[in-house]
Amino acid sequence: MKSKRASGIPRGVPTLTQKDFTTDQDPRWCPGCGDYSILAQTRRIMPELGIPRENIVFISGIGCSSRFPYYMNTYGFHTIHGRAPTIASGVKMANPDLSVWVITGDGDALSIGGNHFIHLMRRNFDINVLLFNNRIYGLTKGQYSPTSEQGKSTKSSPFGSLETPFNPISLALSAGATFVSRSLDTDTQHLRSIIKAAFEHKGTSFIEIYQNCNIFNDGTFFPYTKKETKADNTVFLEHGEPLVFGLESDKGIELNNFQPEVTTVSNGTENLIVHDQFAENTTLANFLARMSDMPDMPHPIGIFRSVQHTCYEDLMTDQIAAAKQQRGEGDLDALLHAGDTWIVE
Amino acid sequence: MRKQVEQIPAATVLFAGDSGDGSQTIGTQMTETSAMIGNDVATLPDYPAEIKAPAGSLAGVSGFQLHFSSETIHTPGDTCDVLVAMNPAALKVNLSKLKDNGILIVNADNFAQKNLRLAGYADNPLEDGSLEKYQVFPVELTKLNRDALEDTELDLSDKDQCKNFFALGMILWLYNRPMDYTIRWIKTKFALKYPHLIEPNILALRAGNIYCEATDQFATTYEVKPAKFSPGTYRNIAGNTSTVLGLVAAAHQSGLQLVYGSYPITPASDILHGLALYKNFGIVTMQMEDEIAAVGVAIGAAFSGSLGVTGSSGPGLALKSEAINLAMIAELPLVVCNIQRAGPSTGMPTKTEQADLLQMLYGRNGESPLPILAAARPTDCFDTVYEACRIAIKYRTPVIFLSELYIALGAEPWKIPDVADLPKIETEFHTQVDGFEPYLRDPDTLARPWAKPGTPGLEHRIGGLEKSDITGNVSYDPENHEKMVEIRAEKVKKIANEIPPTDIYGAQEGELLILGWGGTFGAIRTVVENRFADGQAIGHVHLRFLNPFPSDLGDVLNRYKTILIPELNTGHLRQLIRSEYLIDAVGLNKIQGQPFHVFELETEIDNYIRN
Repeated sequence: MKSKRASGIPRGVPTLTQKDFTTDQDPRWCPGCGDYSILAQTRRIMPELGIPRENIVFISGIGCSSRFPYYMNTYGFHTIHGRAPTIASGVKMANPDLSVWVITGDGDALSIGGNHFIHLMRRNFDINVLLFNNRIYGLTKGQYSPTSEQGKSTKSSPFGSLETPFNPISLALSAGATFVSRSLDTDTQHLRSIIKAAFEHKGTSFIEIYQNCNIFNDGTFFPYTKKETKADNTVFLEHGEPLVFGLESDKGIELNNFQPEVTTVSNGTENLIVHDQFAENTTLANFLARMSDMPDMPHPIGIFRSVQHTCYEDLMTDQIAAAKQQRGEGDLDALLHAGDTWIVE
Repeated sequence: MRKQVEQIPAATVLFAGDSGDGSQTIGTQMTETSAMIGNDVATLPDYPAEIKAPAGSLAGVSGFQLHFSSETIHTPGDTCDVLVAMNPAALKVNLSKLKDNGILIVNADNFAQKNLRLAGYADNPLEDGSLEKYQVFPVELTKLNRDALEDTELDLSDKDQCKNFFALGMILWLYNRPMDYTIRWIKTKFALKYPHLIEPNILALRAGNIYCEATDQFATTYEVKPAKFSPGTYRNIAGNTSTVLGLVAAAHQSGLQLVYGSYPITPASDILHGLALYKNFGIVTMQMEDEIAAVGVAIGAAFSGSLGVTGSSGPGLALKSEAINLAMIAELPLVVCNIQRAGPSTGMPTKTEQADLLQMLYGRNGESPLPILAAARPTDCFDTVYEACRIAIKYRTPVIFLSELYIALGAEPWKIPDVADLPKIETEFHTQVDGFEPYLRDPDTLARPWAKPGTPGLEHRIGGLEKSDITGNVSYDPENHEKMVEIRAEKVKKIANEIPPTDIYGAQEGELLILGWGGTFGAIRTVVENRFADGQAIGHVHLRFLNPFPSDLGDVLNRYKTILIPELNTGHLRQLIRSEYLIDAVGLNKIQGQPFHVFELETEIDNYIRN
């Protein structure tokens, strides 16, 4: 079993199946919700990660997606709105051997929890974040979210939303995230591979998942997820490969005056942008991220960035070890007696 | 001329100047020296929120009051024997605190037109006769200090930075105390970053001392003999340091890693600074992006099996309340330190108050009972926060630890406890797979099992949704919800079993009981000591536990004709006592950002008790 994990997660644990990760609680999502697929793929991929169930913790905030931990037979904590990153950071810091997963949504992560989201990204704990983006508030029954398109008509914006949406990939990159990716609820194989890649990345791993809310925002991502239109509206990122897409793989993306431009592959591929997910510099990743804001460009799917930086918990552990080395293991009695003291006989 | 030395039982000195003048530094040094030679000490730092308000302005005045005594004392003193005023503004702000015929030392060099105007003086008080009832000593402190440092390499501005030590040198001389402790401190303090300032500061200190010796200004010097302390090793300690050590001790004795999440806020930041130093104890301090994240990491750490602690002041507590409620329903151990300051809103961040009690008790949505413990004095912060940790771990509940600016910054001698005598903190993580249920409780404490992630076979989910009794699964069942609310309340009530019988100081029954909590301890105890010694039927009870109350409190209250509750708020404890015990308790309330003076309590007591 291939695993990049450090100490604490034993190898050769008994083989588990998807069933071992299923609880006795019935999911309470609407029939047809994209969340079901994400849950199924997560349960399917877990046995392949090679870590015992007891070392896995799912932590969520509030929203439809945040019910997720109740359905995973691991440790779980369904916390409060927007705050899952903070609690996950505490869990990871207190026990760096745990595999920690944050389940969140566009409202949870980017509105009420926006501050925690960016700070989690920059601190680079070894935590995996799955953001279910459905561009709507589902649990509160259909208000516009921070990823809703400008002009979107919802219950709370009957005359159209006035706000410019966040681009979650750009936000994560700008906050310094070391692993940034996007997948689709309906592309089960891709989703599993991305979840696995996120797990294998040491550092904060961010996955934006286009997820359909068939009740309040049905079809918002259909151009990118439906068989008929997907190939022409998405470009799958492969490290070292040129950006080629289209039903016939006949279209490519090249850079023209700092702008992406769709070209036909028959003109030759030498001018096409070649993806480099390991680039330390985020210029290319940012560029790719912004393509999904451009009406005529395909949405990139896959890993935008994957770089190795030391994790917060490892830096902290090192700092503690260094302090012990330098000053010796803490001696409580000596500490209480520190500074000027005097004795009364 | 040989000076006359007068023995006095106690003295109070107030150093005041611009916020950059170093009054806090020399006040602290005078305190250290007084403590080291065996006096009992109590201090009151009083400084502005601005780092440097406009020089010479009333808003920029920073003061440090020190009471040192040959007898046991509990307060920094109502009035002062000596006021050191470095400028007219410091004089104006603090003159009312100086006793009649008290010693007033002023830096005469700062009493020029501009500074007088800034302080709002039409005429120079040194010349208009308005200071007649004091012993006034105008000293050309700036000039004398510059002269003393003439041979040093420092520029004028750096020289002037040393003049606080000139002033301290004078006060040390006045009270016949050695300069050694201060000199040692200067050497250590400046050694790393500013070694070139060591010699000049020592020179300034000696110059102030020699100046007094050489001039005939002061005919009398004073001596305050050591106080009687019970045998032991002592150090001087401020409340926030005492809190830090209490937390370190609790982590050490429980065998748990301490994870402290915090966001900088006055006056709680010292706790973050203090704990951050002790990495060699394995302590993790995390300065988070906001108050909510700070409590969030502490909760996450508690779930993972660490001692999770967060600390802040009132405004921060308001932000944390939703997360604290999560820890309450998830029944995880968590210690929440609230170092109170004057509110509401941003209020007066550098002034003291006790007006967060009801916020801590009721400031969360739904039925959310939490234990609340309050420290009474700087040294008591250690024991109280230690007890808060013990209760949190034993009962798996967030515990609120209340301190307040007055005791957080105030300092006094501390008899250092023997580590072996500290109460035991037993930590038991659940590992038994058979019969495990996340909400199956210990019958005595009603605590649920602490089953931390990483334990095989105990995988379970918790959260903020109401849970089913025993299994912890999400439940909307009406009867179950009511039952869970009752169980959570019952669990907190059971903590009363941990509280020893109420200790009454003074009369065990009679005319008047003064009931207090928190930092009012010193003023109350001083008054009750005096009046009880005079034969009055007056008692003092000081509550550490504000929720739950001690089981015997109702009986104790019924033994007195009048219950008087002094508080630095509009009557929070009084409301609770009245509603809990149906007793017509009366209040003495002060909401001025300042602690009680002893005389304020004395005046009030006279309304209820006849000599």
